[in-house]
Amino acid sequence: MTRFFSLLILLAVSLPAHAAFNIFATVPEWGALAQGVGGDKVSVYTATHGLQDPHRIEAKPSLIARARTAQLVVATGADLEIGWLPLVVRESGNAAIQFGRPGYFEAARFVSMLEIPPVLDRTLGDVHAAGNPHIQTDPRNLLKVGEALARRMVELDPANATAYVANYQAFAERLRTALVRWEKQAAPLRGVPVLVQHKAFPYLQNWLGLKETGTLEPKPGLEPTSSWLAGIVAQQTAQPARMVLRAAYQHAAPSLWIAERTGIPVVVLPFTIGGTPEATNLFSLYDDTINRLLRAL
Amino acid sequence: MRTTLTAALAAVLCFAPSADAANDAALAEIRAQVKQMKESYEQRIAALESRLADAEKTAAKAEATAVQVATAPPPAAPAAAMSAFNPEVSVILQGQYKNMKDIPERGITGFWPANGHSHGDDHSAEQRGFSIDHSELVFTAGIDPYWRGNLTLGIQDNEVEVEEAWFQSLAIGHGLGLKGGRFRSGIGYLNDKHPHAWDFADAPLMYQVLFGSHASYTQDGAQLKWVAPSKLFVEIGLEAGRGSSYPGTDENANGANAGAAYVKFGGDVGVANSWLAGLSYLQTSAKDREAEFEDVNGLAAQGLFDGTTKTWIADFVWKWAPDGNPSDRNFKLQGEYFRRTEKGELDCLDEEGVGNACDPAMSGATVLSNYDTRQSGWYLQGVYQFTPNWRAGLRYDRLDSGRRDFGVNANNLLVADYRPQRATVMADYSWSEFARMRLQYAQDRSMQGVTDNQVTLQYIMSMGSHGAHKF
Repeated sequence: MTRFFSLLILLAVSLPAHAAFNIFATVPEWGALAQGVGGDKVSVYTATHGLQDPHRIEAKPSLIARARTAQLVVATGADLEIGWLPLVVRESGNAAIQFGRPGYFEAARFVSMLEIPPVLDRTLGDVHAAGNPHIQTDPRNLLKVGEALARRMVELDPANATAYVANYQAFAERLRTALVRWEKQAAPLRGVPVLVQHKAFPYLQNWLGLKETGTLEPKPGLEPTSSWLAGIVAQQTAQPARMVLRAAYQHAAPSLWIAERTGIPVVVLPFTIGGTPEATNLFSLYDDTINRLLRAL
Repeated sequence: MRTTLTAALAAVLCFAPSADAANDAALAEIRAQVKQMKESYEQRIAALESRLADAEKTAAKAEATAVQVATAPPPAAPAAAMSAFNPEVSVILQGQYKNMKDIPERGITGFWPANGHSHGDDHSAEQRGFSIDHSELVFTAGIDPYWRGNLTLGIQDNEVEVEEAWFQSLAIGHGLGLKGGRFRSGIGYLNDKHPHAWDFADAPLMYQVLFGSHASYTQDGAQLKWVAPSKLFVEIGLEAGRGSSYPGTDENANGANAGAAYVKFGGDVGVANSWLAGLSYLQTSAKDREAEFEDVNGLAAQGLFDGTTKTWIADFVWKWAPDGNPSDRNFKLQGEYFRRTEKGELDCLDEEGVGNACDPAMSGATVLSNYDTRQSGWYLQGVYQFTPNWRAGLRYDRLDSGRRDFGVNANNLLVADYRPQRATVMADYSWSEFARMRLQYAQDRSMQGVTDNQVTLQYIMSMGSHGAHKF
């Protein structure tokens, strides 16, 4: 057995040293943002992809292994990753990325949070004390998060400071131009009443002026029940919604059920990069989101 | 302000007895002054309180506005109330209804009775009808930037048991992690999982024969583990401990009575599959470890074991979810295999004075023999979640009593050669990740000559801030 362990240690020590600045991003949007700011100076690992429910990720061994060699963890925060990230970070044995260290970055700390619950009680469903964590559905938040992230990367890797600052500025410039275009395109969406399957889009609604008239989940994170859905259908006559929004990672049944009974279209939104085939980067993510919403009008 | 008031009152009280009749007028004047001071302070306190209440109302309004309007400037670090430093607290409520045969002394044929001398166990898995398992109370928090702590208490009638009480390093770095105190050992797959995280209402037979009714090996000691800096997950753990729990016994000795080592590998295959596999070794030593036996004539006999136990466990877990998204559907395949050898001496005695084969003359004599066993067993289980709320699972347990060399005591004691087995099927429903109800049916043939059809209806509810579960 001793020989077996010695062999393992030898194997591990002889692995190539990681020269690049390693970033562990929890979700695709922060992975893309970190890559945008870091350019060729960083190596980014994204822990999840667009078709995974970000609330229900498991603390997989592969994630612990990746966190072990990271210099920076970029997470959403606001308890989005509470079910797996704390465990992954602790189990990694990597001191630099522990909670509270500069190597642990939470995007939600840098934006204005919506839906901060006045009371915390599990009978209200899966509520997050810090507010709704799905901040990436409003691209204006990328400016705030990107700036804070660039600052953090400069702090951790000062050798590449000029590259990070220049990359961020170029990204911000491009995003500001895109914002003007998106807001013009999305003007017809202002005031449009929508139903949502999960409270995944308050930031998008706030940005584009969509009006949420109801949620298919009776409480955040709880599966829709048939009696609840029947109530939503009944509500359609008094408060007609134009479409029902669902994030790509969510299962289709509840929104399809509503669509069938009310005749309003289901709009599957990418929610993050990789949620739809068209949403391949931070720009096409919002292009596709707006296109899909406009098509349902 | 209050101090002045108190001092004045004290002065009055001290002054009063010595005043006699001479200074009645002065006394009345002081009383009047004190009354006036008291009233004035009370008014001021009331005014301050009302101002505070107003301020709170305004703040609440401002907060309500902030929730609606998203254009407020980014908040600074959240204000830390004192309660934010309190540990995270969670409580697990667990209980069941169980239908099974009435067997006074349950055991697993062909294996050393892990629950020692006690007849019947108050563990709810052994109880028929309605019962509550112990409620688990968990406190956990960061201690400082370098350490984190956990206390897990098992609470049952008239009994509080320290299940775990450990500290864990956060800041060593280099992939190293140090844990000290009482903790569930990192060996095997299921060993460090608490019962509320199990996929069946009871533990695999293998864990019951290895570690007794708790079905987990707990160390009072230290654990050092290291994660390799590779894309493949490789973790190596070493443990040293007191070794007082079964299969070891408590020994009043310096040094470590139990040692464990394990290595775990894990990774992903595509986006839909992930796996974890491990190999573990545990060595413990026992002195006068006692258990009930049956002698060749069917009389009660007691055996004391002195010696060393070596346990090897190989484990693997495979999880599948479409697109790697387990919230809708997922499948988990899990299996473990063990091999255990015990070498030492067995002392056979007749504590109850029944004239058993070891002491037919009831003279207090004992028979000392060699004791050498090599036993094995395994289980394999699969659990499929087919909708967000429903899961169903199958499990098969099988043990092999293997080689049992009792030396000369083979002539005195009944040495059963048996292959216990059990087949289990379960279905559970989860309202949320915090509430689950499970129905389980098991055909248990772990006792020779007995087929026990067991039906269990179990609930698991967790309150409070419950941390993440391991893979």
